[in-house]
Amino acid sequence: MSRSVVLVDAVRTPFGKAGGMYAGTRADDLMVRAIRGLLDRNPKVERSAIDDVAIAAATQTGDQGMNIGRSATLLAGLPNTVPGYSIDRWCAGALTAVTTIAGAIAFGSNDIAIAGGVEHMGNHPMGELMDPNPRYLAEKIVEQDALAMGATAERLHDRFPTITKERADKYALNSQIKTTKAYEAGLIQRDLIPMAARSAELGWTIATVDEAPRPTTTMEGLAGLKTPFRPAGRVTAGNSSGLNDGATAALLASEDKAIELGLTIKARLVSYAFAGVEPEVMGFGPVPSTIKALKQSGLTIDDIGLFEINEAFAVQVLAFLEHFGIADDDVRVNPFGGAIAVGHPLASSGVRLMLNLARSFEDHPEVRYGLTTMCIGLGMGGSVIWENPHFNGQVK
Amino acid sequence: MTTEIKLPEGAPEEVVTQALVRDIDLSAFGSKGTMALITLDNSLDHNRPNTFGPQSLLALAAAITEATSRKPAAIAITGKPFIFAAGADLSALSFISNREQSLAIGKLGHDVFRRLGESSIPTFAFINGLALGGGLEVGLHCNYRTLASTAFTALPEVFLGLVPGWGGATLLPKLIGPERAVQVIMLNALNNNTMMKAKDAYALGVVDAVFEPSDFLERSIAFAAGVLNGTTTIERKDYSQDPAWESALATGKAASLKKYGGAEIASPMKALELIAAAKTNTLGAGFDAEDAALADLTMSDPLRASLYAFNVIQKKRKKVEGAPKPALARKVSKVGVVGAGLMASQLALLLLRNLKCPIVMTDIDQERADKGVAWVKNELAKLVEKKRMSAESAARLSLLISGSADQNVYAGCDFIIEAIFEELSLKQGLFKKLEAIISPECVLATNTSSLSVERMSEGLKNPERVVGFHFFNPVAVMPLLEVARTSKTDDATTATAIAVGKELKKTMIICKDAPGFVVNRLLTRFMGEITDAVDEGTSPEVADNAMRSIGFPMSPFQLLDLVGPGVALHVSQTLNANLGERYRISPTMAAMVKEGVRNFYIKNEDGSVGANPAAIALIHKGDTPSTAEQVRSRALTALAVEARMMLDEGVVSTPAEIDLCMLMGAGWPMHLGGILPYLDREGISETACGQRFHPKGSASLP
Repeated sequence: MSRSVVLVDAVRTPFGKAGGMYAGTRADDLMVRAIRGLLDRNPKVERSAIDDVAIAAATQTGDQGMNIGRSATLLAGLPNTVPGYSIDRWCAGALTAVTTIAGAIAFGSNDIAIAGGVEHMGNHPMGELMDPNPRYLAEKIVEQDALAMGATAERLHDRFPTITKERADKYALNSQIKTTKAYEAGLIQRDLIPMAARSAELGWTIATVDEAPRPTTTMEGLAGLKTPFRPAGRVTAGNSSGLNDGATAALLASEDKAIELGLTIKARLVSYAFAGVEPEVMGFGPVPSTIKALKQSGLTIDDIGLFEINEAFAVQVLAFLEHFGIADDDVRVNPFGGAIAVGHPLASSGVRLMLNLARSFEDHPEVRYGLTTMCIGLGMGGSVIWENPHFNGQVK
Repeated sequence: MTTEIKLPEGAPEEVVTQALVRDIDLSAFGSKGTMALITLDNSLDHNRPNTFGPQSLLALAAAITEATSRKPAAIAITGKPFIFAAGADLSALSFISNREQSLAIGKLGHDVFRRLGESSIPTFAFINGLALGGGLEVGLHCNYRTLASTAFTALPEVFLGLVPGWGGATLLPKLIGPERAVQVIMLNALNNNTMMKAKDAYALGVVDAVFEPSDFLERSIAFAAGVLNGTTTIERKDYSQDPAWESALATGKAASLKKYGGAEIASPMKALELIAAAKTNTLGAGFDAEDAALADLTMSDPLRASLYAFNVIQKKRKKVEGAPKPALARKVSKVGVVGAGLMASQLALLLLRNLKCPIVMTDIDQERADKGVAWVKNELAKLVEKKRMSAESAARLSLLISGSADQNVYAGCDFIIEAIFEELSLKQGLFKKLEAIISPECVLATNTSSLSVERMSEGLKNPERVVGFHFFNPVAVMPLLEVARTSKTDDATTATAIAVGKELKKTMIICKDAPGFVVNRLLTRFMGEITDAVDEGTSPEVADNAMRSIGFPMSPFQLLDLVGPGVALHVSQTLNANLGERYRISPTMAAMVKEGVRNFYIKNEDGSVGANPAAIALIHKGDTPSTAEQVRSRALTALAVEARMMLDEGVVSTPAEIDLCMLMGAGWPMHLGGILPYLDREGISETACGQRFHPKGSASLP
């Protein structure tokens, strides 16, 4: 028994920089706003008809705790009858929320449900309350590098010597440029839910755009940045995603339900897979997970016409592209830029990839399949393949 | 515009509400340009709401200037979390020493707020939380208002002895019409300062839209964008020709007269004048009239007394004067109520609803005990019916109440209150019997109104656990609780009693065990002078109306009817026996009790209220009638003398406690400050006792 699962819609809050515009805002309030914004955009969906709410957060304490899935559901004003739960797969939290909900829909337990994620890295710095088992190092289960994401990125450079710092910087610059252009064309704002944010010193404001993008980035500027993870390294703040605050929410449904309710269908789920790699090179994770997802769907990489790859680090994207023989500046990849520019609030990012892909599908009816993929700390990758509902069967 | 206003000397430093300006890009909301959003924030949490003193007003003025200079498409104003603004900073008001200062503060408020109404740029108030008085008035000056669905709003000025004088009395009638304005400004304020829920404020037209708090600001800005781009239109009505002006004003006046026993009190009368003038006058003229009215009121003793009373009520509600450390209180998890009559049942219900612990009642037979329990359960059912309690809560509470004829059910109680017949020997016997059943720590409380608590504790093994716990009728409504300590009552007992009182949400005073405690002693002395005057030959009409103009909520004989001549006679007999001859026993009242005449006033067939001929016929007629002035003078003098004696005897330690008792236990009005500020300002304290109760300026003009 399996039913077709579709992405009805997806939204996000503007992403902030840790310590920036959301410094006075709670993580759960970000999540609540994303959920309410999503439901506002889909008035045909009865709130009581939501079968479940899966919300991811990488740190599930404080304002991201209390079972954030249920808590955000109640705070968002959904009826008590709507359940909710929390998901954690670090960076792939929201992506996993989507695949888990999709599984429930495909199985027939849910008809329509919300999947999303939130991370307030200002309130919850990476590694907060982390207590790695001493066995990790004592028994050499992982090397020290595996526990610091920047160090894993350096290790990826070590493994793929052809991926130089210059290539990484070039990629990063391109990400900033693509984001700037997308903003200028109003392509990103379409899926942002304005978010009230308060600063005790400055008063209330409304966040309407991402805080992190740096449109003035140059190669020279990037070249001069420090490499904080090792001396003479290659990974810098400029070719990595930053520390960010934000929330995302997606509405998923069985295709039958979406048609019955007259909902939009922005993407149709084809397959998904997760795979593990050595934790020291976690950035390589998307390669095996994508191979797995392709295999499940009977597709090849050549069938994928659009890619949304999370830019945790430029090197990690480049390793993926190099593996599959795709050019660093291939226009099919991250056409609106990526996390290096807009930011990566860990567990929320998966849905951002999907909402971008859904927009690209609209613009590219000649493309039939698209991929969303991301790397995951402690050595994993996650990949979801989607079919374009607007596909017209004609090659451009 | 005034650029500098100094706080009056002695006034506490102003907690300044900052006005912070930020730009909001409206393009995300489907409109052009930016909105300059002003946030009001005094940098403290919601326990200290935003208020407007002179510095805060100047900060807002600067923010409006700054906002305007940015040439935005709209200017909006909102608050800090949970709070919009709670109005004028009243702390400085008591220190204003001349009319010019007062006028200047009133005018400053107008000068600043009206810029929001007169701005050529559309203005919005996003009322995200509590908005009272001047807080709501800022919003009324704006062109449009949104309100959070959980926020309470009110114009409480008339409750405090002021008028909505920063635009409210003029703007609101023009905005929502005379009937609704009278509802908000007069009826709500006079009805114990009732605040509007969001749906009420919306229905009355005070605000244009209500949004849920979770994304209130975002939706409010979206609303504003809709107004700006023309997709949302808000209609305003011209009420200048509305036929309801006269009837609305009459309704307001009637409510005020009723509240103050027929007296025309300055603040509500001035508020009515301002509302009436709003029918036709310009905003400017209205604001000028508000300034004048505010200055007049501020420079009056009644307002100073009101502010004093307000502060006393606020402070003493939180902290009971002379209370032992709360940590000394023992846990109360089972309560006994002795008696199952109406009073006992009311107490049981009150204790049950608030303590939510097992309550056992007893009476002389099972049938009576059952009746008391049934009454309590029926009251719970009524609450469920009125949707004031959930069926689940009622079910929970119903299981906790039980009745018995066997006093052994009191075993295990932590707190027992008796409400049996007012007869000392009965109560003494009861406590002795209970001691054999209960633990040595169980508090024995008595709801006696005039008997000696000390004597009830005599002969007990543990007299230190006995305490007076005196409620006022109806016990669920009247906020005061007199906690009376005997010479032996220990701190743990007092602390436990106070803790129970807090659970019951009562305002408490701790007094020495003395006949009549505070309220009944003063009221009985006061009433005694009136009945004496009548017994001496003064016409009841003259005697009963002698103090109408003061503004007591009811006349002495109306009060007598409420209490009942039986209870009143009993109390006066007890006080006569214990305090002496100045408490006389009225032959008229004795005759009324003897003949079973229950009321002095009765409703005539046509619905009007008149003297009861049966009562008139029983009046003992002396031949030394007094004039109204003489009646008034002797009654007020008696109050002053008795209050001074109570302080000298240490019944309570401060005049403020006496005032608190009269405010909360007798419902005496705030403009009298309870009573002592009034006696001071009328010179009665000095004439009768040779000294004031309060230093000049603390509850009166300096």
